[in-house]
Amino acid sequence: MSRAEDAMTRTATRNGWLLSTPALILLTLAAAGPLLIVLVYSFLEKGQYGNVEWAFSWDGWVGILFTRDIFDGTLGLADAHLTIFWRSVKLSLMTTAITFALGFPTAWFIATRPAAERGMWLFLITIPFWTNLLIRTFAINEVLRSEGLLNTVLISLGLIDAPLQIMYTDRAVLIGMAYVYLPLMVLPLYAAIERFDMRLLEAAYDLYASRMQVLRHVILPIVKPGIVAGSILVFVPSLGAYVTPRVLGGGKNMMIGNFIELQFGQGRNWPLGAALSMTLLVVVMVALLFYVRAANRGSNTNG
Amino acid sequence: MAERGFSVSKLPAFRPVALGVFLALYLPIFTLVVYSFNAGNSIAVWDGFSLKWYLSAWENDAVKTATLRSLYIATFASLIATTAATMAALGTTRRKAFKGQTFIYVMINQPLMVPEIVTAVALLIFFAQIKVFTGYQGLGYLILAHAAFCIPFAYLPIRARLEGMDLSLETAAADLYASPWQTFRYVTLPILAPGIAAGAMLAFVISLDDVVITEFVKSGGQDTLPTYMLGQMRRAITPEVNAISTALLVLTVVLLTCFFLLTRKRNQ
Repeated sequence: MSRAEDAMTRTATRNGWLLSTPALILLTLAAAGPLLIVLVYSFLEKGQYGNVEWAFSWDGWVGILFTRDIFDGTLGLADAHLTIFWRSVKLSLMTTAITFALGFPTAWFIATRPAAERGMWLFLITIPFWTNLLIRTFAINEVLRSEGLLNTVLISLGLIDAPLQIMYTDRAVLIGMAYVYLPLMVLPLYAAIERFDMRLLEAAYDLYASRMQVLRHVILPIVKPGIVAGSILVFVPSLGAYVTPRVLGGGKNMMIGNFIELQFGQGRNWPLGAALSMTLLVVVMVALLFYVRAANRGSNTNG
Repeated sequence: MAERGFSVSKLPAFRPVALGVFLALYLPIFTLVVYSFNAGNSIAVWDGFSLKWYLSAWENDAVKTATLRSLYIATFASLIATTAATMAALGTTRRKAFKGQTFIYVMINQPLMVPEIVTAVALLIFFAQIKVFTGYQGLGYLILAHAAFCIPFAYLPIRARLEGMDLSLETAAADLYASPWQTFRYVTLPILAPGIAAGAMLAFVISLDDVVITEFVKSGGQDTLPTYMLGQMRRAITPEVNAISTALLVLTVVLLTCFFLLTRKRNQ
């Protein structure tokens, strides 16, 4: 490398960093930096009225899975915590499955519209995506509540006599999450299907493949990166959901997000809350690593 | 691709499922909007058309202050985020990859990756300490938090615009003895403007919509419109909440339509 080029590289590096500095300062102060404090707090002793005592302790991390008996101090598995983790994982996986089952046909439908129409259909998917999550959850609430749209319609059709109690159950949370996160599944699926070469289908049909065989052996393998991307984009926010379970699940049907909040409120166990936050963060980061890998593979094979 | 007589891309039952999805996506929102015009107190029984809930929301002082606070925070947060994002986009686009660039990307996109509840808890702890040290209780914390998580949303459209830009224009300006600042001010900035406007709008919408981080960071009496609504949902709900939601919905859709029009120009 010549000296001039060397100097140019150095200028580019310096300018790149200088121009990015304001953004980096903001993000360090109010996004990334505080995460380190959470990590520190997870290793401290809990204060009696919330907050922490500045003494090292494993209690926060131990408390994720175990609970100490009040009388004899022995450790036992914390069933209540396990129930909440299991519910979070189960509901998130089910949300992913439902959004895929509904999102795949939708994405396929959009991608096979004439090019001029596609923008309009995509815009229709994007609007709810950018609409306030709270408003959408609230809209679902109005549909599901006992005197809501769903029950009114079902009763007037004579299908049921008494309103179904859906609100404040796991089912309500599931319906709500599928509703609010569906666009996150449709958009990456659409991106994958749109690049799909439809001539492959002709070839498959020419070779006497049935529709099921075409779907299983031609379409699904090729759009797989889109499926992985969409699934992770839905799974990740579902796992950390806070608003939807709070509004639709009521106080009892907590997910991890609400459980974390509880530790900083009535639970008064900040170290446990901090340890739970870190656990959630690690799980999400691992899922996102898979996402990045899937996304890269997608652009390499089809791009 | 031209339509063929026998459409190979057609899969049975996909079309009705897709149309059903669009219906299911819009029906709840549609119901919400319709009942905001209900004359009765119910969000399920229709009693005729009326604007009374809009009037009642308008006259509700709690709603009014929360709305103004939301707009105030969103304005400052999106201004700060857009400025920082524009600079970062200029620093990280259209130049040779430099040392640490990946780190900068990761930092900028970090708010998109970390679950909101985790960031919320982190800020709760961090700001609680700062509040004790400085005694400052104002809206600055919310503006700072919002500005940070709005950065990636402002950054992405600006960067997309920059990447599609013709470098020869700037070279031409430099050939005509424009100083780097003049080139930026009279060549780069005008071309970049739609991207910056689009980024600012996204940032504004994102800030306006935030519930989780605001709920944890706000001090007493600092409700924004979304946290106010979240609080209301614990009580008996009247169509007033529908009216507020509809107003917020309309504002969002207007801003988003502007965003799409701004970013579309690039492709034409």
